[in-house]
Amino acid sequence: MRALGEFLTGRRFRDAVLLPVISLLCGFAVASVVVVLSGANPLDAFGALFQGAFTNRHAVPETLIATIPYIFLGLGVAVGFRAGLFNIGAEGQFYLGAVFGVFVGFNLHGLPGIVHVPIAFLAGMFGGFLWASIPGVLKARFGAHEVITTIMLNYVAFLLTDYLINNKGPLADKHATAPKTPFIDATAQLPILLPGSRLHMGLILALLAVPLVWFLLARTTIGFRIRAVGLNATAARAAGISVGWTLVTVMGISGALAGLAGADEVLGVSHFMPPSFSVGYGFDAIAVALLARSNPWAILPSAFLFGAMRSGAGFMQLVTGVSADLISIVQATVITFVAAPLLVRWIFRLREVPEAPVHIAEVGGLGAAAPGSAAPTTLEETATS
Amino acid sequence: MGRDGNAPALTLHGIVKTYGPVRANDGVDLDVRWGEVHALLGENGAGKSTLMNVVYGLTRPDAGEIVFDGRRVTINGPTDAIRLGIGMVHQHFMLIPPLTVAENVILGHETARSGLLDLSEARAEVGDLARRHGLEVDPEARAQDLSVGLQQRVEILKALYRGARLLILDEPTSVLTPQEAERLFEVIRGLTAQGTAVIFITHKLGEVMAVADRITVMRRGQVVADTTPVESGPPDLARLMVGRPVLLRVDKKPARPGAVLLRLEGLRVDDDRHQTAVDGVDLEVRAGEIVGVAGVEGNGQEELVEAIVGLRSPRLGRVVLGAQDVTRLGTRRTLHAGVSFIPADRHRMGAILELAVADNLVLSDYDRAPFARGILRRFQAVWEYALRAIKAFDIRTEGPGQPLGSLSGGNQQKLVVARELSTDPRVLIASQPTRGVDVGSIEFIHRQIVARRDAGLAVLLVSSELDEVLSLADRVAVIYRGRIVAVLEGDAVERERIGLMMAGAA
Repeated sequence: MRALGEFLTGRRFRDAVLLPVISLLCGFAVASVVVVLSGANPLDAFGALFQGAFTNRHAVPETLIATIPYIFLGLGVAVGFRAGLFNIGAEGQFYLGAVFGVFVGFNLHGLPGIVHVPIAFLAGMFGGFLWASIPGVLKARFGAHEVITTIMLNYVAFLLTDYLINNKGPLADKHATAPKTPFIDATAQLPILLPGSRLHMGLILALLAVPLVWFLLARTTIGFRIRAVGLNATAARAAGISVGWTLVTVMGISGALAGLAGADEVLGVSHFMPPSFSVGYGFDAIAVALLARSNPWAILPSAFLFGAMRSGAGFMQLVTGVSADLISIVQATVITFVAAPLLVRWIFRLREVPEAPVHIAEVGGLGAAAPGSAAPTTLEETATS
Repeated sequence: MGRDGNAPALTLHGIVKTYGPVRANDGVDLDVRWGEVHALLGENGAGKSTLMNVVYGLTRPDAGEIVFDGRRVTINGPTDAIRLGIGMVHQHFMLIPPLTVAENVILGHETARSGLLDLSEARAEVGDLARRHGLEVDPEARAQDLSVGLQQRVEILKALYRGARLLILDEPTSVLTPQEAERLFEVIRGLTAQGTAVIFITHKLGEVMAVADRITVMRRGQVVADTTPVESGPPDLARLMVGRPVLLRVDKKPARPGAVLLRLEGLRVDDDRHQTAVDGVDLEVRAGEIVGVAGVEGNGQEELVEAIVGLRSPRLGRVVLGAQDVTRLGTRRTLHAGVSFIPADRHRMGAILELAVADNLVLSDYDRAPFARGILRRFQAVWEYALRAIKAFDIRTEGPGQPLGSLSGGNQQKLVVARELSTDPRVLIASQPTRGVDVGSIEFIHRQIVARRDAGLAVLLVSSELDEVLSLADRVAVIYRGRIVAVLEGDAVERERIGLMMAGAA
């Protein structure tokens, strides 16, 4: 009990729980103002949002379906953050993952599902990995800033998929009237988890990815390298760690997770690929990772929250007439507050919980210490457990 | 000088400032008078910086009273401090490199004429101010083109331009040559002669003796002595600072050099701007000797050291370790070939403050046995190793899991030294191994290095603290503008002569 009390008043609780929750409340507060200005009642709007996300028929499975890509993508962006990399290209990597996944899905025939699905997933991971390695190599070799290159590669990815799928593109379904790829084989489709809904096995995979990523970061030499480079690349280099190679690895892992999300979306939900495929999951994922402060475990609630908003927004628009884009306002405000913890502290007059002075640097900017690089606890954990 | 009859400029009563369980200032009283140089002496972590941050408004005290010029004041930020007439020159300069001296000085206090910046008036004003205080510097020169000594003058000018009557100097000589430091002391004496009060933060005893009128010694957040250079000599001050008698000289036997372990041949290295920084260096370091590289910072030492450990590719020349050419081997393989490296900037290069003590101790061996098996880290082994290193090197910490950043500077540096000496190296490259470190830790680190020398380690010691080079090195190489201008040994090692060579004058 004493340990719990200490945790509730300590810095880690404030950083990991209190600040995100306050940021979220601020997000809804700002959104309420917008709702009022647009002539509607915020309580009605948020009520409908909640209803659409949780209480309607099929609402919970649909929320979970939307949560799945957020988990993969959020983990991917978070891994990048831990190495000090800002991967804005998750959306493009998501597209490439979907393209590779759908390609394997409709081109391989006669395989049992237990073989076809893993191959398709691996292909998707490879697609995302490939796409993310480009900025990784550019950064490691030439110092090109990953924010620029990943953003640009997003556009290349969108146009590339357009080319592949539209009309006479190599992946286009020749018999369809609207541009799209053929349907994937039944053997590549993910089994349904909850009969009568669209909720598929991808959820299990996503739930497994969380401890795996945590393990990678906290328990392996690769994870140590990633964290060391993210916290202080110069010191890591002086200790003989290859910073360039680490950055390539991190971008690869980040892209593979994004590709996994793309493949999952094709194999589990749509079963084919239209040209405008994503609803911006890859961009939302940046917010998911920021809200989770790049902690793999915290990605779970963070992704669930975004999944709920995503799945409830349509219903809210339907009943209250408030645009579904309202959730973008909530998201944007949340990011602002998460990125500016001093602002939150100032608004709520939170007392500074003192610790090592170096942690002030933790709030850093884009290129600085990874947002949310948590306190170094791995050793403490092993020692006390 | 030291006129006790002078009116008090700044009086602090019972200043308390706590950070969690740490009492950084524990009821501090301080009394500074107009026209005196008041040295604030103490080890790193003694609370000097916290106290001055309180005075300059960067932190607010939990308790206590500040009286400035006879009035009780509350200082909520540097703006308040400046308005009262308190100026501070930080250890790290805060100049904008592409702006001129005049622009830097007036920044934030610009004189405008109908909304337009009036630079000619500013230039004249700054030039005038500089002349008045013996701080000659060209108002039109760009800050980036100035030597460190001149940049410091600009910082002092900034404070005076804002009307500072009490000037706080935070470790002002750490970046200066002995000659530059001497000139700074003259400037300080000039200022105090005109009635300005100067608080001089330092941990160097020689400077205190040279320039201070009065001395306040702090230890563990408390004032332990209020004295003068006449009453207390260096040994007394050292004892007061550390809390026990300190050996100011390093005890060492004559070196017994063996085979050449590190050989630099015609090494040419460029800096980040592709300018020649190291201009043909030949140097040998033998087993069992310490070769000191003396020089003012920025004469190629950093590039030299980085080229040796493989962090920077030399343009020409070779680095030979024993019989192995390691010139282009890369950092990792060079380190594994038997080189240990203590970087000059501990915060930037030597350690990762956010990581735990134990993680930092295995920073270069985290993926090798016994600390890892395959890609899995073995925390048990890391933990036990850390406990041993903490004990052997007397690192004061709550335990291996504590974040490094919460240790004192001296203990952080002891950790770096522990890490680098524990791998049983053949060659040690030690760059500024005791910078920003308290006297007790300096003593410890010096003893460790000498003990390893006696056991056959080849040591290349790079330091801009001439005293450190003089007391540790068996041979002294003087570096100036990327060249070794002389290698001195035995009786030829003379402080005055080396000082001149460092400035390129001999």
